[in-house]
Amino acid sequence: MNERERTRPGRWLTLYAIAAYLYIYLPIFFLVLFSFNTSKFSVAMQGLTLRWYGDLFNDKAIWQATTNTLIVAITSTIFSTIVGTAAAIGLHRYNFRGKGFSEATLYIPVIIPEVVMGIALLAFFGQVGLTLGLPTIIIAHIAFSIPFVVLTVRARLQGMDRSVEEAAMDLGANEVVTFWRITLPLIMPGVLSGALLAFTLSLDDYIITLFTAGPGSTTLPLRVFSMLKQAVTPKVNALSSLWILVILVALLLSQRLQPRRG
Amino acid sequence: MLKTVRERPSLQGLVLISPTMFWLIAFLLVPSALIVVISFGARGSYGNVVYTFKLDNYVRLVNAEYGHILWDSTWIALLTTVACILAGYPLAYFIARSHPTRRSLFMFLILVPFWTNFLIRIYAWMIILRGEGVLNAVMTWLGLMNTSLGQWLFSQVQLYTPGAVLVGMVYEFLPFMILPLYTSLEKLDPSLLEAAADLGARPWRAFLRVTLPLSLPGIIAGSILVFIPAMGMFVVPDLMGGAKTVLVGNLIRNQFFTARDWPFGSAASMVLMALTLVVTLIYTRTFGFGEELVP
Amino acid sequence: MRKPIKSYLFVVTLLTVASVLLSACAAPATPAPTPIPPTAAPPTAAPTKPPTTAATAAQPTPAPTATATPKPTGAPLVVTSKELNIYAWSEYIPQELLDAFAKEYKVKVNYDTYASNEELMAKLQAGKTNYDVIIPSDYTVGILSAQQMLEPIDLDHMPNFANVDDQFKNASYDPGNKYSVPYQWGSVGIAVNTAKVTKPITKFADLWDPSFKGKLVVLDDEREIIGMALLVLGFDKNSTDPAQLDAAKKKLIELKPNIKLYDSDSPKTALLTGEAVAGVVWNGEASLAHQENDKIAYVLPAEGMGLWYDNMAVPKGAPHKDAAMAFINFVLRPDMSILITKAFPYSSVNKAALELLKTQDPDTYKSYMAYPATNPPADAVKNGKIVKDVGDATTLWDKVWTEVKGGS
Repeated sequence: MNERERTRPGRWLTLYAIAAYLYIYLPIFFLVLFSFNTSKFSVAMQGLTLRWYGDLFNDKAIWQATTNTLIVAITSTIFSTIVGTAAAIGLHRYNFRGKGFSEATLYIPVIIPEVVMGIALLAFFGQVGLTLGLPTIIIAHIAFSIPFVVLTVRARLQGMDRSVEEAAMDLGANEVVTFWRITLPLIMPGVLSGALLAFTLSLDDYIITLFTAGPGSTTLPLRVFSMLKQAVTPKVNALSSLWILVILVALLLSQRLQPRRG
Repeated sequence: MLKTVRERPSLQGLVLISPTMFWLIAFLLVPSALIVVISFGARGSYGNVVYTFKLDNYVRLVNAEYGHILWDSTWIALLTTVACILAGYPLAYFIARSHPTRRSLFMFLILVPFWTNFLIRIYAWMIILRGEGVLNAVMTWLGLMNTSLGQWLFSQVQLYTPGAVLVGMVYEFLPFMILPLYTSLEKLDPSLLEAAADLGARPWRAFLRVTLPLSLPGIIAGSILVFIPAMGMFVVPDLMGGAKTVLVGNLIRNQFFTARDWPFGSAASMVLMALTLVVTLIYTRTFGFGEELVP
Repeated sequence: MRKPIKSYLFVVTLLTVASVLLSACAAPATPAPTPIPPTAAPPTAAPTKPPTTAATAAQPTPAPTATATPKPTGAPLVVTSKELNIYAWSEYIPQELLDAFAKEYKVKVNYDTYASNEELMAKLQAGKTNYDVIIPSDYTVGILSAQQMLEPIDLDHMPNFANVDDQFKNASYDPGNKYSVPYQWGSVGIAVNTAKVTKPITKFADLWDPSFKGKLVVLDDEREIIGMALLVLGFDKNSTDPAQLDAAKKKLIELKPNIKLYDSDSPKTALLTGEAVAGVVWNGEASLAHQENDKIAYVLPAEGMGLWYDNMAVPKGAPHKDAAMAFINFVLRPDMSILITKAFPYSSVNKAALELLKTQDPDTYKSYMAYPATNPPADAVKNGKIVKDVGDATTLWDKVWTEVKGGS
């Protein structure tokens, strides 16, 4: 889009956007605030303390859960992105028998209630004799992430101009080179979005993970939800705050490092 | 063998899609088939499954009580979807119109809160909307709580009311609406709007006749991504609404847990899925299917 | 979109046909475990090491007479396993205890958590989970043992079992402590903010008073709440009679306007913020609320407080059975059990631990003994009503609950 032709957002729109972002970040603000609360219950601020951050560092269970969560999220994201991108290309470009069936199957994770998918997998793993643990969680996460990756990449493919690919092939490049050097960079925004979506879905997944986790493979959402009965101590607030801090810092850095586009 | 694959495009397609299909068939279709089987079974005395073939569970669902539950869930999902469209559209528009280098940053900023824990986010909302919580404090400080209008407004979104549930639901589903909307709007060619202006259309008219129709795929896609999960959502209504209503999600969850009646729960799930599918199909048939699910 | 619809119909038909075929050759295995005959092997001997001297004469299972409390005879087993997988409620076993056990027995301890008994059962019923120690509640022990899903407890090598107060041994849901050892217990009663409620509250029926409109918090627990209505009407708390359940339903619908929210997880929050002035809560919640605001009192209702017992058990097929039994014995040590009582606001089953508390920390002991949430008087306990599995009537109960919450 040409810079000259872009109409800047108007005053009202900008105001609305600010309000919208405030709405989105309001609970985050309180989340962080209460991580410094002296009271164990996040009901009213009673004082300031760094105690929970200290408690957090000593809580082995939470770190174990965090590690598990990251392992699951990263593994399932990588796998589902690769597999999903391939599927998207296959579906976009080719016609083959069973294409309709494939497309239909890809809808199932979108419409199936999480409880049902979780129970189905639990029953399935039980029948097959697979022991529950990190691998079963990863299997489940890949299963529900793939359709989102496929949909994302496919949307991007639909907007893509094939003539560049065809030009490359006319010039003698084979399919693999064409894909690597031409197609992939062009659809990269879609691939990355799909990966981002898959990662986000995996990080916070509770119900499906609940049914597919085994000893020693508790993830963070599981840990937090089960703390409900006693008290979700500000330890978890502290963890979330640190998380956000890391992400925001990474974001700012990446913005700085990005070349300014004319 | 590679040569054969190269020569036959349809084989190439199959090869590309086979890992996905293998995964989904093994870890989705087969487990789902198990659920279908269970839905025709019966509940044993200890809550285990007795495999038979009976339609009892489905028959049981045809009942005014469950119809009421379905209606409540549909209504909440519908409200949430509409609210997300209304709230999300201007924001998506804003981002699409911002400076190109800032766009991905703005989009990313919308997602960042979702990398925190779901429960903590909702708990934070509870802090804000409590009877004597933050919102109340702010409104009191502004003097709004002295007016009957202010009091009424607060009572509509106070914790443990349907208003609070809506606030929570919209919060959780907004990104799913904004992402596809943004994609549609981002692709919009501003020269079309220029042309409309040149032809004498005022900005509002240009919006209605050009922008809105062109962003329709985004609206559709967003609606699907919000409505379907919202139908099955029960955690937000339970926490923000005080667990005073039984929604489809609660019903299904109860069957698999408290009642330990997996066959009935499976049947209810099948019905939910069938219903969601029907609604989605009707919707997309009428409005077309949104290709722009995400950038 | 037309193609996917056709293919979808195809998929659905395929699934239905498959399911009919599958159910015709009814698969007998999981998730419906058919009763597995209990293994005949005596559970006393450790896998490789011979039992320590005092236990050599042990029989396969401790053989008490039908009502006598079992008497452990031997010293604890030697543990050869290197790991222990615990599956329990969150914040339920103090980290100190886990660390002490890990150190003494040179075992790596994994601690996974669940949020309800039903979650626990769902996981166990679906197949092999590799958990060694679980902490099911009373009725859950009954259900699991009836389905042969628990390992018999090796009481012969559990000398610390003697520390358990006799009133908790030999419970109705597990006669002779064949499958479980008590861990903690507690009650369900009425919490009242005495600063805001001036009327004296003594029974569940008091909560129906119209002055409580929109001011009550109750557990989101169908067994306790429908049970409460049944008790108020003079029926049995675990009734399976449809007529009685229907009456209870109507009674609860009368209570609905008073209920501000249902909350099994943290009802104390509503009490502390003032959104609720009274409610039906777990004793632990009342204790915690009382610690923050001492105006919040705990009343044991005249109709009969709810009683619950959590127990340690070992799932069938646990991979580290020796470590599991050693752990259970370890928990019963007074110096370990006292950690539990100090950390969590429920009631202790361990008389030796309480004795230790008296000498070690008299102030905590005094407040523990004085507060009805931790130390209910004996007659209230006698009148207490435990939750029992209602078998096939479970679906009826669930239907009533759905109708109470869903209607109107």
